[in-house]
Amino acid sequence: MDRVEILKTYKIYIGGAFPRTESGRYYTPVNGTKQLGNICLSSRKDFRNSVVAARKACGKWAGKSAANRSQIMYRIAEILEGRKTQFIAELELQGNSKAKAEKEVLASIDRFIYYAGWCDKFSQVFSSVNPVASSHFNFTSPEPMGVISVCAPEGSGLLGLVNAIAPVLAGGNTCVVLASESMPLCAITFAEVLNASDVPGGTVNILTGKRSELLEHMASHMDVNGFSYSGTDKEEIKKVKECAVENLKRVSVFDGNNLLSADNHSPYFIDEFVEMKTTWHPIEKIAGAGSGY
Amino acid sequence: MGKLNELPDFRLTPRVDQVGVGDRIARIQSRSVKKASKLQGLKMILNMIDLTTLEGADTFGKVQQLCNKARFLHISNPDLPTVAAVCVYPNFVAQAKKELLTTKIKVAAVATAFPAGQSSMDVKITDTKLAVDGGADEVDMVISRGRFHQGEYNYVIDEIAAVKEACGKARLKVILETGELGSLDKVRRASDIALYAGADFIKTSTGKINPAATLPVTCVMLEAIRDYFYETGTMVGMKPAGGISNSKLALQYLMLVKETLGDAWLSNKWFRYGASSLANDVLMQIEKQKTGIYQSKDYFSKD
Amino acid sequence: MGKSPTLEFDSKWDLSPAPESTDHINLKKRYDLFIGGKWVKPESNKYFKTINPATEKVLAEVAEGNEKDIDKAVKAARRAYKEVWSKMAPGERGKYIYRIARLIQERAREFAVIESMDGGKAIRESRDVDIPLAAGHFFYYAGWTDKLQYAFPNRKAEPLGVAGQIIPWNFPLLMAAWKIAPALATGNTVVIKSAETTPLTLLKLAEVIEASGLPPGVVNIVSGAGATGAAIVNHPDIDKIAFTGSTGVGKIIQRAVVGTHKKTTLELGGKAANIIFEDAPLDQAVEGIINGIYFNQGHVCCAGSRLFIQESVNDIVLRKLKDRMKSLIVGDPLDKNTDIGAINSKEQLGTINKYIKVGNDEGATMYQNSCPLPKKGFWCRPTLFTDVSQSSRIVQEEIFGPVLAVQTFRTADEVIAKANNSPYGLSAGVWTDKGSKIFNLTSQMKAGIVWANTYNKFDPTSPFGGYKESGFGREGGLHGLKPYLKF
Repeated sequence: MDRVEILKTYKIYIGGAFPRTESGRYYTPVNGTKQLGNICLSSRKDFRNSVVAARKACGKWAGKSAANRSQIMYRIAEILEGRKTQFIAELELQGNSKAKAEKEVLASIDRFIYYAGWCDKFSQVFSSVNPVASSHFNFTSPEPMGVISVCAPEGSGLLGLVNAIAPVLAGGNTCVVLASESMPLCAITFAEVLNASDVPGGTVNILTGKRSELLEHMASHMDVNGFSYSGTDKEEIKKVKECAVENLKRVSVFDGNNLLSADNHSPYFIDEFVEMKTTWHPIEKIAGAGSGY
Repeated sequence: MGKLNELPDFRLTPRVDQVGVGDRIARIQSRSVKKASKLQGLKMILNMIDLTTLEGADTFGKVQQLCNKARFLHISNPDLPTVAAVCVYPNFVAQAKKELLTTKIKVAAVATAFPAGQSSMDVKITDTKLAVDGGADEVDMVISRGRFHQGEYNYVIDEIAAVKEACGKARLKVILETGELGSLDKVRRASDIALYAGADFIKTSTGKINPAATLPVTCVMLEAIRDYFYETGTMVGMKPAGGISNSKLALQYLMLVKETLGDAWLSNKWFRYGASSLANDVLMQIEKQKTGIYQSKDYFSKD
Repeated sequence: MGKSPTLEFDSKWDLSPAPESTDHINLKKRYDLFIGGKWVKPESNKYFKTINPATEKVLAEVAEGNEKDIDKAVKAARRAYKEVWSKMAPGERGKYIYRIARLIQERAREFAVIESMDGGKAIRESRDVDIPLAAGHFFYYAGWTDKLQYAFPNRKAEPLGVAGQIIPWNFPLLMAAWKIAPALATGNTVVIKSAETTPLTLLKLAEVIEASGLPPGVVNIVSGAGATGAAIVNHPDIDKIAFTGSTGVGKIIQRAVVGTHKKTTLELGGKAANIIFEDAPLDQAVEGIINGIYFNQGHVCCAGSRLFIQESVNDIVLRKLKDRMKSLIVGDPLDKNTDIGAINSKEQLGTINKYIKVGNDEGATMYQNSCPLPKKGFWCRPTLFTDVSQSSRIVQEEIFGPVLAVQTFRTADEVIAKANNSPYGLSAGVWTDKGSKIFNLTSQMKAGIVWANTYNKFDPTSPFGGYKESGFGREGGLHGLKPYLKF
């Protein structure tokens, strides 16, 4: 007799746990005629709960040293590497060829390592000591923005998600991510990878569902500080930007294409999600002029 | 010898660098106390514990159990010392005194509108007298944190001095409630105020809020005691209270005392632990030292 | 007036021995050279012994590399550079460096124990400082390989080629990390030589490099003494020399490369001023003084060996310093409670004792704690001298041991002038609670690293290097990339 397989249940990932959507609803994305599973149709309340979790995690993630964040992100890549066959299989299930799936998974691992390496270098490249005219020590350095809403690209099952999350994390932020509506499986499996790493619960929250239902809430929530949108739909972009006005959310728009290209990973994507703080402090001038800052 | 007549300006208390204190504590925490030195340390700790119950729900029965625990803790192991004291609310002092009559275990009572200390001087003195008249050997008072934060250091010091007078022969422990003070600089300032006011002990916490005792605040307080000792020749004791529930941590505290103040303070006349569950953990560790086997809580009475 | 109060730190509660276990470590009886990814016998067939300075027992024999071995190593490095390393995608190079970092972490305890055995350093320090920082350097630089285009605006950064590196005996593995990590990250290949008295952890690193799969010849590891180092410096096909060691040898090297194409970075000696103002947080400052001069047995180029105390707090600081010294434990480096381990070698102990005698002869007042010392091995108690002045030899010359020279000062002008009054310029320390005073002092110290309200703090992201005769070039951080690149 053939062995009966245990089928996977895909839940959402909030605050380091895997609840079902509080709305109880589901949708079934398909690949041709094959149903991919009963995927949670997340509600605005799920999003609201995710923001609470993300806000709580802000202090924990940003409070770690940059080197520690780098190590944690590197470890996420390690775990991803160890589970690459599962991800390749899921991408194939969602309509990718084996070759394309493999390329995408390997690129996702490398992309995460790339951003892991920026955690403790980014501020060196983007900070400055400013030679002000008055007798003050003056420096500018980046700080995390806080909680970021992330809308992952629709056309990619894994790399798009990873590419959207990694720079947000590298900047010290926490996020609530809406996975691709048509290819949501890897997002939840990726949540399992996050859960196995040392990233604090709530740092990354992953929801599945419809952009048409969630985008407005993701863009209007008053306790979200930034929005990362991947896509080209003009109406969606307009809606996001309008909803973001009320608390002056910083909105970054990416087209979500050419994910494999070298142009699509750089520290400037981290720069999109940090604030620059400038600090002044007097310098007593005793014993002559000497060297200044 | 002493300069007890001259009060320093408490606004100018020595600065404390929090990161630097962290470095000192990291060194202390990496000390490795093993074998004979561990057993010796554990015995000292046992002898320094003030077994405590300070609940709104305390009853005569509860206090009786606490006193029994204090009396019989070491019975199975005759060469173990007893705890230093029990610590209760003032209305239980007389009973505790009676229970512990045949022992050398002291009775300490909290007083002065413990734990918040938000009341009038009269009420606080009356509270103190309640404890002292009941026969308390030691009184644990709380400082007025509100007045302290308002900058009224003279009020704070006068209050401590008045309570000290009401204590008579009883030794006075002054609780700073370090968890409410906000910074190590303020812990140092409060320590100095208590020291110059005549405290016999300075104590970290009421145990009713978080954070209670920590190694950094203890370090700052021990250093204040040290400076005071060099300045006046007077020894003052120290008591961390709350949050010390395992032996490993207790040994780190003891190491801090040893390296900051030296041999003279390594006795229960000058150092105490305000703890309840620590005693059992110490007993378990002592047993483990002797047998080499890790212990279970099931074998140590839970009173 | 009675006797002034004193504190006793005698022996009411002594610490029992707490030895770190050593039965899990692997040490071969004899090590060859690691060239071209293989273990290769030295051309001379000569080996020399390395001992444990705490017990004077022999730990292992290591190979004595000569000119022929160095030539082999440089050829291997050059081939690896031309055929493999310079052609590899930068991100892939980074992954090898990440592997090395991870392997060091996995074998951390073994590295720490061997470091302590070979060099005399207390296990607490090798375990808690040296090894984690070494792994951290590899982690940090691994991430730079594919990001160099952002580090130098408007410049295309390219590797120099083959780097010859010579490291000292005071932080053997850590110095190896400081040298190898940035060199590899920037695309260079390496020939690196350990110090004569501390070859073992670099050889264990060779085993890590083997396990990481790093292409053969990218890192070549040789052991030997001064002559081996000279062979590296003089080899014509090396593009870059990086040296950490004494100023004397640094000058020899600098002279040797004149007229060649070789670039150099030198990290040399120091005689740092550690300055305590009256408004410093005094107890923490004392901890900083202790940290600055007594840990790692004072074998630290950036040690705070010249203490300046503002006169109004001189008595109180000295009292606190001496009290703190009383709880320092000198002893077996492998005992977890040891604060000050063994002096690295008989020669170094001789040097330190010579300076202690000089200090006494010069009329300075000496204070040492009275902790017991083991019978075998090389030991020195933490020592301080008062009643010295700028002109005293023990104030001018680098002792490289746990010996502190203490002076007083009155004003900021005075101490700034005195602190800078030295041919050295590696580091300095300033202790005061007043922010504007901090920046006044730090902006005027002629030193490559200035610590304010702390001392002897190191981080892979933080550039380290000297002014004046303490050397030039920086190691660590973004600035640490530059010495290994051309634009």
